[in-house]
Amino acid sequence: MIAFLAILKRDLTLGLRQGGGAGAALAFMLSVLVLVPLALGPDQNLLRRLAPGIMWLSLLLAVLLTAERIFQQDYEDGTLDALVGIALPLELITLAKALAHWLSVGLPLAIIAPLLGILINIETASIPILMLAMILGSLSLSLLAAIGGAITAGLRRGGLLVALLILPLYVPVLVFGVSATLAETGPEGSFNSLLVQLAITMVSLVIQPWASAAALRAYFR
Amino acid sequence: MTLHATTLACERNGRIVFSNLSFTIAPGQCAELRGANGAGKSSLLRLIAGLIPAAAGALTFQNHPDIAQHTHFIAHQDAMKASLTVEENLHFWCAVLGCRDITTALKAFNLETLKADPVQLLSAGQRRRLTLSRLFLSTRPLWLLDEPMTALDVVTQEILRTHIRTHLKDGGMVLAATHGDLGVIPDQTIMLGAA
Repeated sequence: MIAFLAILKRDLTLGLRQGGGAGAALAFMLSVLVLVPLALGPDQNLLRRLAPGIMWLSLLLAVLLTAERIFQQDYEDGTLDALVGIALPLELITLAKALAHWLSVGLPLAIIAPLLGILINIETASIPILMLAMILGSLSLSLLAAIGGAITAGLRRGGLLVALLILPLYVPVLVFGVSATLAETGPEGSFNSLLVQLAITMVSLVIQPWASAAALRAYFR
Repeated sequence: MTLHATTLACERNGRIVFSNLSFTIAPGQCAELRGANGAGKSSLLRLIAGLIPAAAGALTFQNHPDIAQHTHFIAHQDAMKASLTVEENLHFWCAVLGCRDITTALKAFNLETLKADPVQLLSAGQRRRLTLSRLFLSTRPLWLLDEPMTALDVVTQEILRTHIRTHLKDGGMVLAATHGDLGVIPDQTIMLGAA
């Protein structure tokens, strides 16, 4: 448990200090939200209708942007090799790193994003439900990103490959994330979508440690 | 606490790196690992450290199924983060290895004065000292050292030799891959033929 927390803490410190994690993702999202109204024109109603979809897309791409960094550095500088010799199983090591990615990228974005949505005229009533859906959704996004990140850990410029590998897995998160915030479905529809999202997160939580660890073991050989 | 390797073989990328390798390292013994470039010195160390499965043969370490947890593996890469300080890096390894404090490790290679410096400011030799100080975070009987003397100055090489001798005297085991002179008289030399 101490080891698990130590990995979590170190990755959070690194994310803050190197600036490549939360900072880059937030800047990316902000630039999308500033550019979208310029690209689509000043039609308030159009922006309002598109807002949840744009928010989700920018969250998804921001998470994707940082996915290849999850394991790459640790693989290159030999940290992963040395971590194999500790008492904590490799599966839990990868889970700690995935959670650190969520805490440093996914969670801050999920909390800040709906507020930034004001820039694109988001419906204020839908902010709480969007925030809830994004917090839940970003956890599964980070977990899935950790699978892609582990598969491409030993590849230089693996960013494109990560995108190709995990974008299909992001589709359900996106679909049910957006549907949770659609006004047409009403509160009951939102609740059902959130439940599906919860299920996706649970499944990712179960699969991620094994998938990531198996991918990394293949690199050790 | 004896390390037995019997008819060990290692395969990497579909190529047999070495095969039919048998040796025994008893407590207090130092084994030197020699061979040409690509003969499989690092592969053997990685195999013992639990990173590569053996293609054939067996590796036993008394009753411990998980040899990696009784081993310190010091490879070429330093496994330290450039943007963290010396102290922060050691605290991290201390926590994951389950040790209590880092003072012994800091003292082992005279890193006390550097402890607040970020690792990116260290020289190659200082980084090496930091990597080697991982050996003193937790007591583990088997040390696997890959070219331990690389980048170290004469004084530090002597410090490392002293540490190795003390470790051996305390019943530890050392397996060191080296091209040059280790400076510690090995109890045996394991030769790997070029593949």
